[in-house]
Amino acid sequence: MAAAGAGRLRRAASALLLRSPRLPARELSAPARLYHKKVVDHYENPRNVGSLDKTSKNVGTGLVGAPACGDVMKLQIQVDEKGKIVDARFKTFGCGSAIASSSLATEWVKGKTVEEALTIKNTDIAKELCLPPVKLHCSKSVLFGPVREKIQLLP
Amino acid sequence: MLLRTAWRRAAAAVPVAPGPKSEAPTRGLRLRVADHAPQFAVPSDTATAPQAESVLRPLYMDVQATTPLDPRVLDAMLPYLVNYYGNPHSRTHAYGWESEAAMEHARQQVASLIGADPREIIFTSGATESNNIAIKELEAAIQPDTSLVSVMTVNNEIGVKQPIAEIGRICSSRKVYFHTDAAQAVGKIPLDVNDMKIDLMSISGHKIYGPKGVGAIYIRRRPRVRVEALQSGGGQERGMRSGTVPTPLVVGLGAACEVAQQEMEYDHKRISKLAERLTQKIMRSLPDVVMNGDPEHHYPGCINLSFAYVEGESLLMALKDVALSSGSACTSASLEPSYVLRAIGTDEDLAHSSIRFGIGRFTTEEEVDYTVEKCIHHVKRLREMSPLWEMVQDGIDLKSIKWTQH
Repeated sequence: MAAAGAGRLRRAASALLLRSPRLPARELSAPARLYHKKVVDHYENPRNVGSLDKTSKNVGTGLVGAPACGDVMKLQIQVDEKGKIVDARFKTFGCGSAIASSSLATEWVKGKTVEEALTIKNTDIAKELCLPPVKLHCSKSVLFGPVREKIQLLP
Repeated sequence: MLLRTAWRRAAAAVPVAPGPKSEAPTRGLRLRVADHAPQFAVPSDTATAPQAESVLRPLYMDVQATTPLDPRVLDAMLPYLVNYYGNPHSRTHAYGWESEAAMEHARQQVASLIGADPREIIFTSGATESNNIAIKELEAAIQPDTSLVSVMTVNNEIGVKQPIAEIGRICSSRKVYFHTDAAQAVGKIPLDVNDMKIDLMSISGHKIYGPKGVGAIYIRRRPRVRVEALQSGGGQERGMRSGTVPTPLVVGLGAACEVAQQEMEYDHKRISKLAERLTQKIMRSLPDVVMNGDPEHHYPGCINLSFAYVEGESLLMALKDVALSSGSACTSASLEPSYVLRAIGTDEDLAHSSIRFGIGRFTTEEEVDYTVEKCIHHVKRLREMSPLWEMVQDGIDLKSIKWTQH
């Protein structure tokens, strides 16, 4: 008696599994751990990834971080005679937020003068990319590191 | 009394549905299907067009974190979630008797998987609670020279198998209690508490295709191991863990153990083949990939690889179609890399570059191939974006550089 009831339930369960409509993937609303569309976009459609000729007089190269910390960023800027940044390239060993932060930094510094570039704040970058608080240090590394360092390295 | 035994017999007649062995068991419906009709209470702004776009969920390659319910386990549980809802500690009516019979049957199923006596199995809410009970015993010990050895059977990050039998032998000869957290090992590798001289063992339901929220602790009776209860109350589970035993959950745990016992050899062979396929394909196509953990004493379903010059979290972001896990700092709340990798002496930069691939009972060859293909593609892409890879290609020795901190 118990066995028959159990058999019916078992068949019902299997039928339930077979016929129930699949739940769709949940729309990614932004809890802290998930990647914002903008962060993913910088990886999937990279802009300014690469290198400039580091021996050139107009190119400043900044390298900040350490592999042991999981964060190494290289930023290069090319400056014309008037001190305006005409080109920028980056390469990053780091998490998605770090890649996006350095990518965005290269976009923003293009067309600015060196002085203007120094005014960019890491909180601006974090806000633009909607970085959660735990990822603020990624944008900080970009600004306090390569941007300033390479600007110092310029002739 | 007679009625009780009749109920016991009837409940024991509810068998776990035997699964097909000729091919890999599937959960079928886990696979992604486009959802066409918006018949759920989903806010309408998610579907902008009348035909909802086919939104696919990622492949699941993170079985060390948790496992899906085996359909046979759900089959076993459902009657106790719907119909047979009695409290197993109710002694005065049929609802209690049938629930109790199911609970004892589940206890037998768990015990037989590890070679124990059913009286030595106490149900808990999971391996964490079991660990706490086991460790608390140490604090309750009176003699100053009593001590406890506690070792994981299979590590959840790198899949390394500890030499449990040898440790058990040493502990037994020194009269020291031996506890092992077998959450990742139960049902996957053969375990026998008597052969391996284990005194205490923690078991987790949701790591072996059973339900979440349930586990068990094995406590040896001969020689008796005394533990102190973490929670007190009505004295259930021989006074070692008060609280109503959740019948549907323990039935699920029991069924999961029985299925695991049946499928262990087949699963192990199949998972080993898939693991070999994954590692070989990746290592053949990519240079500078390191497998973390001893290759010999290793459970095949947990593969931890470090991809040099690529950071782990960025690779997880790139592999968005696959659910994976990483030992890198960025994925942990503390920003510290995996303590396991650090303990085995992995270079810190490689610790930041590690990814854990989990292969389980329901992982298919197509999923492994897809994961491998995407992994190779994205590692190559990320290496193109990596200043470390560039420096290595230029012949610079990274260890000679003085890095800055920030």
